[in-house]
Amino acid sequence: MANYLLIESRDPFEYGDTRYMYNLAADLALKGNRVTLFLIQNGVLTTRTGVKDNPLDGLSEKGPAVTVLADEFSLRERGISQGSLVEGVEVSNVDSLVDMLAQADTKAVWH
Amino acid sequence: MATLTIALMDPPYEAETTTTVLRIADAAVRKGHRVNIFAYEGAVNLTMKDQAAHPNPVKGTTAEEEDHPTTSRFIAGLLGTGQLDWINCGLCVDERGSGNWVEGVRRGAPADFFKWSQESDNTLVIGTK
Amino acid sequence: MAKILSVVERAYHGTLEEQDDTILWMSHILKNAGADISVLLRSNAVNYAVKGQDASGVTIGGIPLSNPPKLDEDVEGLIGAGVDTYVVAEDVEQRGIGRGELVDGIKMVGVSELADLFDGHDAIWHW
Repeated sequence: MANYLLIESRDPFEYGDTRYMYNLAADLALKGNRVTLFLIQNGVLTTRTGVKDNPLDGLSEKGPAVTVLADEFSLRERGISQGSLVEGVEVSNVDSLVDMLAQADTKAVWH
Repeated sequence: MATLTIALMDPPYEAETTTTVLRIADAAVRKGHRVNIFAYEGAVNLTMKDQAAHPNPVKGTTAEEEDHPTTSRFIAGLLGTGQLDWINCGLCVDERGSGNWVEGVRRGAPADFFKWSQESDNTLVIGTK
Repeated sequence: MAKILSVVERAYHGTLEEQDDTILWMSHILKNAGADISVLLRSNAVNYAVKGQDASGVTIGGIPLSNPPKLDEDVEGLIGAGVDTYVVAEDVEQRGIGRGELVDGIKMVGVSELADLFDGHDAIWHW
């Protein structure tokens, strides 16, 4: 079992392959790994309640054990209020991201 | 304390990734960690010494009022902590003619990035998209 | 004078370092220079019209970003300068953005109306 930190900076509107990371997060979790999906930059655009065809919906069904975090600054930068987030998304920040990166047994992947 | 290595490819002023990497590096340095950044391809332009702030004619503000912190100023600030090591890919610099850097930046090669990755607690690879 | 439609779709790429969006900025500069220009925000750029964006608080290596981008205010500035500024309604809805979250004076255009909007301009600058 490994610790995975998947950092998703992209969104499904500008890029066609964002589901790749969400699916990978679920698949890695199903194999028994501890998985965190950290949404940052435009990656946080999926966190608004009401997003159509949201890949977070599929993730919560397929990989409920995945921890989903969203960067507080990226949310604020885009005018996304913390009260409007999709259920299950937790607000985090780059300080916490560094704490996760500082754990040598964490496999970090940026997309 | 940990050592983090980051490989970065994006040039300044065109992506949010570059600012994010500097935010991550700043957070890591504040926590007492060491950070290595290997600038590959367009990212070598982040450290250019001659970057200058400019006025904003839309807002009618002067360069002083805009107080525009260029990427090389941010990086110089991080280098000043003594906890950041920055290597620019030398061949990438040559093909861009972008060799005038802020103090503390070093010239290197992919082998330096590999060495760093072997010595670090974690390595984050951030390609350009 | 030729009517220009400036289409912006790429968003939040470099805005922190630039302290603005380069195409909103250029459109405003061109308006000030006398251009007859409209702006269409589509794809992720519809988020530029969301009120309350706050990119404050960035400090790197002890250097503060003292003038962070205020993209909603920049959109309001365009509208205030007389630039017809549109957002694509479907792109707003797809992103879960409520219409009440958008700045005053923004014009909503549906995907089916884009052909008319393009037809109403002499030049389309699709950045």
